[in-house]
Amino acid sequence: MLEVTGLRAGYGEVEILRGVDMAIEPLEIVALLGSNGAGKTTFNAVLSGLNRPTAGGVVFEGRDIAGLDPVAIVEAGLVQVPEGRHVFPNLSVRENLELGGYRRGRANRKSNLERVVAIFPRLRERMDQKAGTLSGGEQQMLAIGRGMMSEPKLLVLDEPSLGLSPMLVEEMFALIGRLNGEGLTILLVEQNVRQSLEIAARAFVMENGAVSLSGPAGELMRDPQLQRSYLGI
Amino acid sequence: MSEFSILLPSVLNGITTGALYALVALGLTLIYGVLHIINFAHGSLLMLALYGVYFLAAGFDIGPYQALVFMPAAMFAVGYVLQRFVIGKASHDRDENILLVTLGLSIVIENLALYFFRSDTRVVDTPWSFETVELLGAFLPLPKVIAFFGALATAAALWVLMTRTDLGKAIRAVAKERKGARLVGIDVDHVFAMSFGIGIACLGIAACLLMPSYYVTPQVGHGFVLIAFTIVVLGGMGSFVGALIGGLFIGVVESLGGLFLGESLGQIGIFAIFILILLFRPTGLLGHKV
Repeated sequence: MLEVTGLRAGYGEVEILRGVDMAIEPLEIVALLGSNGAGKTTFNAVLSGLNRPTAGGVVFEGRDIAGLDPVAIVEAGLVQVPEGRHVFPNLSVRENLELGGYRRGRANRKSNLERVVAIFPRLRERMDQKAGTLSGGEQQMLAIGRGMMSEPKLLVLDEPSLGLSPMLVEEMFALIGRLNGEGLTILLVEQNVRQSLEIAARAFVMENGAVSLSGPAGELMRDPQLQRSYLGI
Repeated sequence: MSEFSILLPSVLNGITTGALYALVALGLTLIYGVLHIINFAHGSLLMLALYGVYFLAAGFDIGPYQALVFMPAAMFAVGYVLQRFVIGKASHDRDENILLVTLGLSIVIENLALYFFRSDTRVVDTPWSFETVELLGAFLPLPKVIAFFGALATAAALWVLMTRTDLGKAIRAVAKERKGARLVGIDVDHVFAMSFGIGIACLGIAACLLMPSYYVTPQVGHGFVLIAFTIVVLGGMGSFVGALIGGLFIGVVESLGGLFLGESLGQIGIFAIFILILLFRPTGLLGHKV
């Protein structure tokens, strides 16, 4: 579904991604792991068209989307839920969700909205409240809900557990697993290695702007190098 | 009683003038809210619209109210093109550059107008320019009453646009959260240009409503843009309701100031309010803390 080869990108003279290779198959949930500064967020920005790659290819459903603008990429069905949520604070929860269907999924907006609030009942209670007044966890749900309103073929979740209480983190991972179970392909970009590996089918570990380790999640869990660096075992 | 009989017409007159101020300010506050800059070219674009109305009347015998069919669309196009291909391109994503570009634009537009149209004062004569309407014992010029309702209708239409349509929601979304907007596939540059275009279209409407009771010269915009800026600050930067209420209020202040201090000092009250607001409530009456 997604195939990234030799992807390079950066900011000005500074190269952040030094040749990233990775792939995602339909219906998979793939975790992209790595510590702060490894290049995960830059990778996402390039996927979504916020940054242009300097070299390499991004093929999504057989079509080269490297360097396209965010409008075209959302239109193609690759939707990102960004780190830090970036919901529209001055708009109501309902309006936030409606704008999720601005570019894609406009025709089914009503039924999509019903589906989203069925998944996140708490959003239903907050429908006419400004998004800026929601708690961090609620904003994260809203950001994911807004992403789902775009009828994504591939949903990229950037650090969905960041800043949530341990209980909410648990809930969030369970939910991501459930969304995947219902047929959504997900790229989960996380620092939270253990919980990500528990729900992912495969994982890639990024270090210094390149993939240093990859394989089925179960195998990576037992990898001594990964255990030492990320799991503290 | 006699004092009341002078006061009431003055207040009503102020409200009708204020509605037009509000219309100019609505465009300014919309552009500020989204692009985070004061559009210094606002006054000269209003001047351009007034000339548009004048030449439609002088050249094609199209009256100011009939011009309402063309002018908003024409000014929208001017605004869209200016933002998309001039202001946006020249500012390189830096807000302080936008400010300078609009200031430069206003100088260019004004001097071109001076060159082509000369500094003569021009008016459009209509048979009903001097007709009056009686309201609560006060006689109000008919064009000003029409302008009042026209301005309110425009404000209502803007409100519907901003709260009920996808475009309006996208405009509000872009105003606060550009990255989030890009990630749902909103074309931010297009939304910027639409906002600017809509703000300038308000000037097209204002020009049609204003011309029957006003005049046009290349410098006519100055007075309006200063007052509109005061209204935007008074109402709270970026607040629509604030601009509407602020506009009506400033109109009344100006009218009463003229009554008590004489025509030439009438605007003192406006700028006194401007200074007081900046000193004591810089976020404006309905503004939010940033």
